[in-house]
Amino acid sequence: MTRRRFQPVNRRRPRSPGLSRRRLSAWLEQHRESALESLWRMLRQPLATLMTVAAVAIALALPTALVVVLDNLRTLGGDWQRSAAVSVFLAQDLDEAEGARLRERIAQRPEVATVALISRAEGLAEFRAYSGLGGALDQLNENPLPVVLELQLHPSALEPTHLTPFLATIEALPEVAFLREDAQWAQRFQAILGLLRAGVALLALLLGLGVLLVIGNTIRLEIENRRDEIHIMSLVGATNSFARRRFLYSGAWYGLLGGLLAWLLVTLMVWLLADQAASLANLYHRSFALQGLGVADVATLFAGSALLGILGSWIAVGRHLGLSDDI
Amino acid sequence: MIRFEHVNKRYPQRGEALKDLSLELAAGEMAFLTGHSGAGKSTLLKLIGLIERPSRGRILVDGRSLGDLPRRRIPYHRRGIGMIFQDHRLLNDRTVSENVALPLVVAGMARREVGRRVRAALDQVGLLALERAQPIALSAGEQQRVGIARAVVARPPIILADEPTGNLDPDLSSEIYALFERFHEVGVTLLIATHDQERVSRMAYRILRLHQGRLVADSGNW
Repeated sequence: MTRRRFQPVNRRRPRSPGLSRRRLSAWLEQHRESALESLWRMLRQPLATLMTVAAVAIALALPTALVVVLDNLRTLGGDWQRSAAVSVFLAQDLDEAEGARLRERIAQRPEVATVALISRAEGLAEFRAYSGLGGALDQLNENPLPVVLELQLHPSALEPTHLTPFLATIEALPEVAFLREDAQWAQRFQAILGLLRAGVALLALLLGLGVLLVIGNTIRLEIENRRDEIHIMSLVGATNSFARRRFLYSGAWYGLLGGLLAWLLVTLMVWLLADQAASLANLYHRSFALQGLGVADVATLFAGSALLGILGSWIAVGRHLGLSDDI
Repeated sequence: MIRFEHVNKRYPQRGEALKDLSLELAAGEMAFLTGHSGAGKSTLLKLIGLIERPSRGRILVDGRSLGDLPRRRIPYHRRGIGMIFQDHRLLNDRTVSENVALPLVVAGMARREVGRRVRAALDQVGLLALERAQPIALSAGEQQRVGIARAVVARPPIILADEPTGNLDPDLSSEIYALFERFHEVGVTLLIATHDQERVSRMAYRILRLHQGRLVADSGNW
């Protein structure tokens, strides 16, 4: 054998950390290897992995499902809001012409989007059609219904601070007999939705913390099981970041797979409930299709779950890896 | 290549493992480190690999003082040293070739190059046929040769071996020593700790003898 100088592998880092293309691709490959290695390791213990992933998924599925429910309620609420109207019943002795003049005046108010006039005859026809009292109406000599103005309000006018004085002004008009407002309960509904949304956010925060703990604990156990390996890696020249990287990828995988399963669970739930929701809506003469998660929601779920996984394992790695100290 | 200058190593419980130790190993030199258990052989090897830090004194490897090496540089220092252990320190959940590949993988070498080098290293120790085997299925001698392949796969200029034949019968030991001589022939600096006094005295290499942490005999440079 000839005598030759041995060259160690990558013994010294290049002095300038300039990312040449080759170095970048080597770096990417290292990351790819670490990511695949972590995934492969998890798949080799399918049961243990499934348990962690399922725990993460259930914790994520609950707030996600509530977001779906809230989104659907908001859609419904939006419909109601659009139909949020004030019916202004005019005095009995007012005829259509006087009603039309009042309509012009009211339409100029900034709170009002549109005003529709329902004549006495139209009101009667509608009442006949929907009340089922057509026969009784025939007994009457004259139309007992007043002229009605249907006001559609601008959404900004639905704030209680605007709405209440506005309604008071309308009601005080001498031509007006009484008001009936649908707006108020749409408004209450919005307030309830707001409260629920805050509640879901808090719940998500709490369950996110749970995910962090589940993944952190799983990674901690993994570190304990792989002490020898970490030690040997260190002896053959692994940097701390190399040792850390695999666990961070494990955490990311647990989070992402948990997010994926959570998404499947919620989608399944929506699918199971869609028919029921449709037939319920049908009872109210409404067409309503239960909406699943939107693309943005799914993206948020996946990104959030992966981030939670990385964060959880980061905490575990920081506390338990004990790198390069007492080797 | 390796230079100790008045090195002391004190452990909190066991007291002084090395006392005022000075020695120098030239590049390409092969030397044996002998002495009873507890004489400080392992400690000396650990200091070179920066598994331990000296309590006093200075150690230079390849002209660089290890005391000046920051902690984050330790992995790069270790990549220049192949370490062989009495208990092999193999990973039993990985194949032979995956074990041998570790030093290259942690150094970030491209996969194709890793495969080529691993096969070359396994070929050198005569285990190419077993590359897919699990270490646990191998005999003690084969396991030790896997450990040696792992130590040389990155072609480090220095190889440190701590009782590499401690668990092997004389025939298997001879095979291992023959491997070391071949690495010596191609210019690797080797320091081999062993208590097999009889064997090393039959081989014509430098012998450093430790007793209670002191260098008590040095057969000189060869």
